[in-house]
Amino acid sequence: MLDTLIERIRAAHEHDSPLIIQGGGSKTFYGNPDEGEVLSARAFCGVVDYQPKELVLTARAGTPLIEIEALLAEQNQMLAFEPPHFAGNATLGGCIGAGLSGPRRPYAGAARDFVLGVRIIDGTGQPLRFGGQVIKNVAGYDVSRLMVGALGTLGLITEASLKVLPKPAAEATQQFELDEASAIEKMNQWAGQPLPLSATSWHAGLLTVRLSGAVSAVHAAQVKLGGETLKDAAAFWQRLRDQSTPFFDLRPATSNQSLWRLALKPTTPPLKLGEAQWIEWGGAVRWLVSDLPAAALFEAAKSCGGHATLFRGTAPAGGVFSPLTPALHTLHCNLKQRFDPKGILNRGRLYPDF
Amino acid sequence: MLSPVFLSQLRRLLPPHGVLHEREDLMPFESDGLSAYRNIPDVVVLPENEAQVAAILQLCHAEKIAVVARGAGTGLAAGALPIDGAVLLVLAKLNQIRQIDPLARTATVQPGVRNLAISEAAAVHGLYYAPDPSSQIACSIGGNVAENSGGVHCLKYGLTVHNILKLRAWTVSGELLEIGSESLDSAGYDLLALMTGSEGMLAVITEVTVKLLPRPQRAQVVLAAFDDVAKAGAAVGNIIAAGVIPAGLEMMDRLAIQAAEAFVHAGYPLDCEALLLCEVDGVNEEVSDDIFTVREVLTASGATEIRTAESEEQRLKFWAGRKAAFPAVGRLAPDYYCMDGTIPRAQLPHVLKRISEMSAEYGLAVANVFHAGDGNLHPLILFDANQPGELHKAELFGGQILELCVEVGGTITGEHGVGLEKINQMCAQFSTPELVRFHEVKAAFDPDTLLNPGKAVPELHRCAEWGAMHIHGGQLPHPELPRF
Repeated sequence: MLDTLIERIRAAHEHDSPLIIQGGGSKTFYGNPDEGEVLSARAFCGVVDYQPKELVLTARAGTPLIEIEALLAEQNQMLAFEPPHFAGNATLGGCIGAGLSGPRRPYAGAARDFVLGVRIIDGTGQPLRFGGQVIKNVAGYDVSRLMVGALGTLGLITEASLKVLPKPAAEATQQFELDEASAIEKMNQWAGQPLPLSATSWHAGLLTVRLSGAVSAVHAAQVKLGGETLKDAAAFWQRLRDQSTPFFDLRPATSNQSLWRLALKPTTPPLKLGEAQWIEWGGAVRWLVSDLPAAALFEAAKSCGGHATLFRGTAPAGGVFSPLTPALHTLHCNLKQRFDPKGILNRGRLYPDF
Repeated sequence: MLSPVFLSQLRRLLPPHGVLHEREDLMPFESDGLSAYRNIPDVVVLPENEAQVAAILQLCHAEKIAVVARGAGTGLAAGALPIDGAVLLVLAKLNQIRQIDPLARTATVQPGVRNLAISEAAAVHGLYYAPDPSSQIACSIGGNVAENSGGVHCLKYGLTVHNILKLRAWTVSGELLEIGSESLDSAGYDLLALMTGSEGMLAVITEVTVKLLPRPQRAQVVLAAFDDVAKAGAAVGNIIAAGVIPAGLEMMDRLAIQAAEAFVHAGYPLDCEALLLCEVDGVNEEVSDDIFTVREVLTASGATEIRTAESEEQRLKFWAGRKAAFPAVGRLAPDYYCMDGTIPRAQLPHVLKRISEMSAEYGLAVANVFHAGDGNLHPLILFDANQPGELHKAELFGGQILELCVEVGGTITGEHGVGLEKINQMCAQFSTPELVRFHEVKAAFDPDTLLNPGKAVPELHRCAEWGAMHIHGGQLPHPELPRF
């Protein structure tokens, strides 16, 4: 199977014919439109190694996340970055390639923080291995993390090794009726105190906070923070993770509205950019439904220390991601050139010009 | 040799004391923390602001002169070793803490700020910077980013790469790069990760924004003695399997325990083969629960003695022995050579057995200090540099330990970096196409190979020569020739 993938990429490189890498197809909406023949990594699957005591799992790219999470759950462990599955059958390869993380991210770390090593096939068909299966490793440049979120433009990820963590013994979710500005302030204040926070959300006047840890610690924090305990909290966080609440639905084609993800300095005060908003990650991510032009949102995000992504909707001409400065753009092109000289892998998916 | 014209151009960019060129001024910069490697620099420049850094880079780029960046010079892999014909760019004078934002929990600092100084400045807000390399009192944050430094707490709190948000850095041609953001991610490739641990080979950092964490409410440490290193190793896995992620989980072998005890009188038991220190931190209730679990696991794993520190004073005393382990071992011999491999923890008994066999073969004693939680092993090879050939023997022995780490699925460096020291062992860990790609990544940033050339990634011909030497069972041909 690996040989087939290598051959396909080698041939595509030779014939200059672009490929679209696909896993479970759960994130086809994400990024810019790309062109080419579909190259599916879905069949290259299976957990290669899992050592619960070492906190390390290695699996092939096509392995469904759901399978990995079930295996980890048997040992009371988890992927601590809580990767979104969205509506489809998300795979490990897609999860790492897209580099997206879920509600636990600000408190536990992102997908890139848990990647220990990867095997890839580059744009010439050359298999390469970077990083490894140990938690501390500083030999060579950190090319494994460079692959996280590169949207397959630097290589097809065929295998990844991840650090995993024990599941918390207890979780509880508290809700507070609070206006937006106060909620942002609270989220930041609490994150600066020794509290077992593991997720935060604010939407429509309701601040929702998840606590995770030892039974006693979660209970003590519940008492300290107060609020109403949310029943069925697991479903709430899963819906937020997978964007399966109506707020995140694609707007009707007749509307110009898109779903934007604004990643900002977490203390940024309420944005005056539109009505419907969902705040996550302790204030560092603001989901926004808006019909403002892309340039306005890129500019707004930049002035708040971050960047914006048109997450769902029609891609603007310059692409769905915040534009890079000329110096950074040059570096991106240089790196792309080294990993995929003919630009056949997911052409245009990250930025329209490479 | 650098030309007088070039030197006078440098002097025009900097204040009078910003260019060092006299031999006695250059001597302090001849090595970093790995003093076995020395080379007096041709010239040292000490910029005081970002504009001066950019101007120095622009000049060097125009003249095609190599640049070696250096922070506090505490690195242990000769990464900041001066190179002939190059400028040594010392960033120690860029030492301002620009801003601490307690609500956003960030500190924005210049690269010459010491690691510990960040935590000291943040303490008033109940915050601290988590990575704590043992040299934290002296090492600078710029160097920490260059090496992706760790420390005793990184199993739980991560390495430098997990604890920084944003960099201001300058390309070799003197162009500004703003990498990362004030949020938790940024657009495009993860250049923040690529820069972290890049050993001054890709760009020069002039500002770092780090994350600050709330100080844990409480920390408590348990000490456990074992009559067998394998049992101690297994206990580490059992603690983690029980769902506890300790803040620190350290192991010492017999020689290290005895040296530490003789040096600081920490009260360690001496009739044991291995000692574990397991620290848990967090909110009060959680620490109580975890200490209970850890004690149960240690008992079940066959510990011969278990003590819980009952006071902060006792906790610090337990740690004092471990923290003084390096200088303590240093008292056993005129010199020691510290290795830095990482291994899958399950391989620990096998690796320690092989190290002890090699120790007998080379006739050099070894004390083992181990960041057990994350598998990072620091064997300290004892030798006497004044005995002809002993340093060379120690280096060969060290190299073989690193190759053993690769053989069992680990890596040649967990936290110290490759520098010049471990450059041959890179050939054991990576294949030719992978090394080629590393060179190409560098070329994407630095096409003329001017930033710290010759470090971190070996030239392919070097690997070919090294591979050929290895065919003869570790016996180097022409032992009289210098090899570094």
